[in-house]
Amino acid sequence: MIKKEVTVLNVTGLHARPASMFVQTAGKFKSKIFVIKEGNSINAKSIMGIMAGGIAQGTTIEIQAEGEDETEAVDALIQLINDKFGE
Amino acid sequence: MFVKEGIIASPGIAIAKAFVYEKSVVEVNQNKVNDAQRELERFHCALKESHKQIETIRLKAVSEFGDEEGAIFEAHAMVLEDPEFTDGVEAEINDNHLSADYAVKIVTDRFCAIFDQMDDPYFSARALDIKDVGMRVLQNILGIVQADLSRLDEDVIIIADDLTPSDTAQMDKKRVKGFVTNIGSRTSHTAIIARSLEIPAVLGLYDITKTVKTGDIVVVDGLEGKVTVNPNAEQTENFKIEKKKYQEYRKELEELKDFEAITLDGHKVELVGNIGETNDIDGVIKNGGVGIGLFRTEFLYMNSDTMPGEEKQLAAYRSALEAFPNGPVIIRTLDIGGDKKLPYLSMDDEANPFLGLRAIRLCFKEVELFKIQLRAILRASVYGNAYIMFPMISSITEVRQAKAILSECMKELDEVNIPYDKKIKIGVMIEIPSAAIAADIIAKEVDFFSIGTNDLCQYTLAVDRMNQDVAYLYDPFNPAILRLVRLVTNVSNNQTNCFTGMCGEMAGDPMAAILLLGLGLDEFSMSAFSIPKIKKIIRSVRYEDAKAIAQTALNLETGEEVTNYILAEMKKLEIDI
Repeated sequence: MIKKEVTVLNVTGLHARPASMFVQTAGKFKSKIFVIKEGNSINAKSIMGIMAGGIAQGTTIEIQAEGEDETEAVDALIQLINDKFGE
Repeated sequence: MFVKEGIIASPGIAIAKAFVYEKSVVEVNQNKVNDAQRELERFHCALKESHKQIETIRLKAVSEFGDEEGAIFEAHAMVLEDPEFTDGVEAEINDNHLSADYAVKIVTDRFCAIFDQMDDPYFSARALDIKDVGMRVLQNILGIVQADLSRLDEDVIIIADDLTPSDTAQMDKKRVKGFVTNIGSRTSHTAIIARSLEIPAVLGLYDITKTVKTGDIVVVDGLEGKVTVNPNAEQTENFKIEKKKYQEYRKELEELKDFEAITLDGHKVELVGNIGETNDIDGVIKNGGVGIGLFRTEFLYMNSDTMPGEEKQLAAYRSALEAFPNGPVIIRTLDIGGDKKLPYLSMDDEANPFLGLRAIRLCFKEVELFKIQLRAILRASVYGNAYIMFPMISSITEVRQAKAILSECMKELDEVNIPYDKKIKIGVMIEIPSAAIAADIIAKEVDFFSIGTNDLCQYTLAVDRMNQDVAYLYDPFNPAILRLVRLVTNVSNNQTNCFTGMCGEMAGDPMAAILLLGLGLDEFSMSAFSIPKIKKIIRSVRYEDAKAIAQTALNLETGEEVTNYILAEMKKLEIDI
């Protein structure tokens, strides 16, 4: 299993369009992927889970992935967050 | 027979039989169930069926109402595929021995509650999506067939609690003649669909679904906001006459579409439309507007979850410009602050937001945001006759500051050889009294003025028209306002290279048309549907008479005297409002 921490930088956080980009990216991978926020684990492939997670700008989250493409999955999601979702 | 009053959401008159559209009451089995395998199967069958239905509706919605309506159903499909939703339901079935129907209800309610709690219109909309999808899955599990709006065998008026996108998308548009609902407002989904179908709608009648029965004869009067149920013979006859009158009136106005807005003695003015988004362009063309007098760009920002980038803005401005190859398209730069906020831009609460960081002032603070918009407008300017308009200007200093930033943007585009209209016209909103009083000074830096009567009134008379206790003071016919308008038109009328327009509500008010014409206004910008009415008035008056009327009005003492005087003069000239 791979885990990495990242801080959400874009203004809106994981809300609306960024949330749906995040979930769609996660959906491309076979691995099980979770976002850990303050000890709570959220399925990264769930738009409802991610949006309900209330992940605002400045929140630090951990991304965990387990499966055959776990490294690529975590890297892709971290990059998306670091690129501020292309904002 | 009885009559109910509601909110006018779409104009027109329709008479037809009522079709009371009530959602079936869904009762779930709350008993423990032991055969989890069977419940899981019921759930998955319903999921599959729901998928098929949503895809069918999505295609229909796209072809009948466009991509935006279609996107609602893409969101529905995402909810259906969501692992938190499906896993959640499966867990309830496996671990808590719930029936498939009860499990779906519990998980749907749980998510709706989370989104409902968030104080954000975006999330409230998501709660509606989830509710709509949850209900669909539930109905499919229970085999409930919803009353079908797609197969109607006679003309009907739909009577409903409220109509969701799922309801309106599958509706038989040829048979539906009007909407009447318990809840809703001018901006609700039902209202928007009614206006796009051009059928009357009266909404917000609280309990109309309880008082009207399917088969009752209903008259929807979207002009008066009244719903008459089972009218007597005489009333029915009257409504038929009213309906015919309204149709003739619309027809008469439509016939004016291609005529110029010119007075009997040959004085020409320009009638143009106010738009908030590119969807509004068609309405302006249909109603005979020759261009756009106000493109309220803030809607591009407010209807978006994130800051709209240069490309997105360019596309919107370009489509407006290309729609009017011969007419002006006046693009107002971002007018946010005051009562309008953006979800993704943090703005501090202010003690006096209307005197605070609004519009151009905010753009000076957030220069990068301003420049993205200016570059988008400049790049779009090669596709038509683009005009840039700056809002909330109080003095010439701000005009110069805004123009300096515009020059920087021009330089940036020059450096990368991107073409733009180097002589793009620049103007300002006149909505602060100081700008009207000093219009002669400001004229040195601009090609046009556009008077925003709503704010000009608010600032001049120091009245918040949303405040019930003082709203009576708000009166655009107050002679002080007319004199400010006169100050501005005097400046532009005496220069060959400057014009004055008006884009506030007053410009579309039939009562004000002759007065404004006589005050020397060159361009009237209004909601598309007001254009034909104003054109009709302008075409039936002499400019010389209008000038004399305006001159007299300027010397009256109160707004009431002004309106009474205009009414009397219009009567003399035999002009209807």
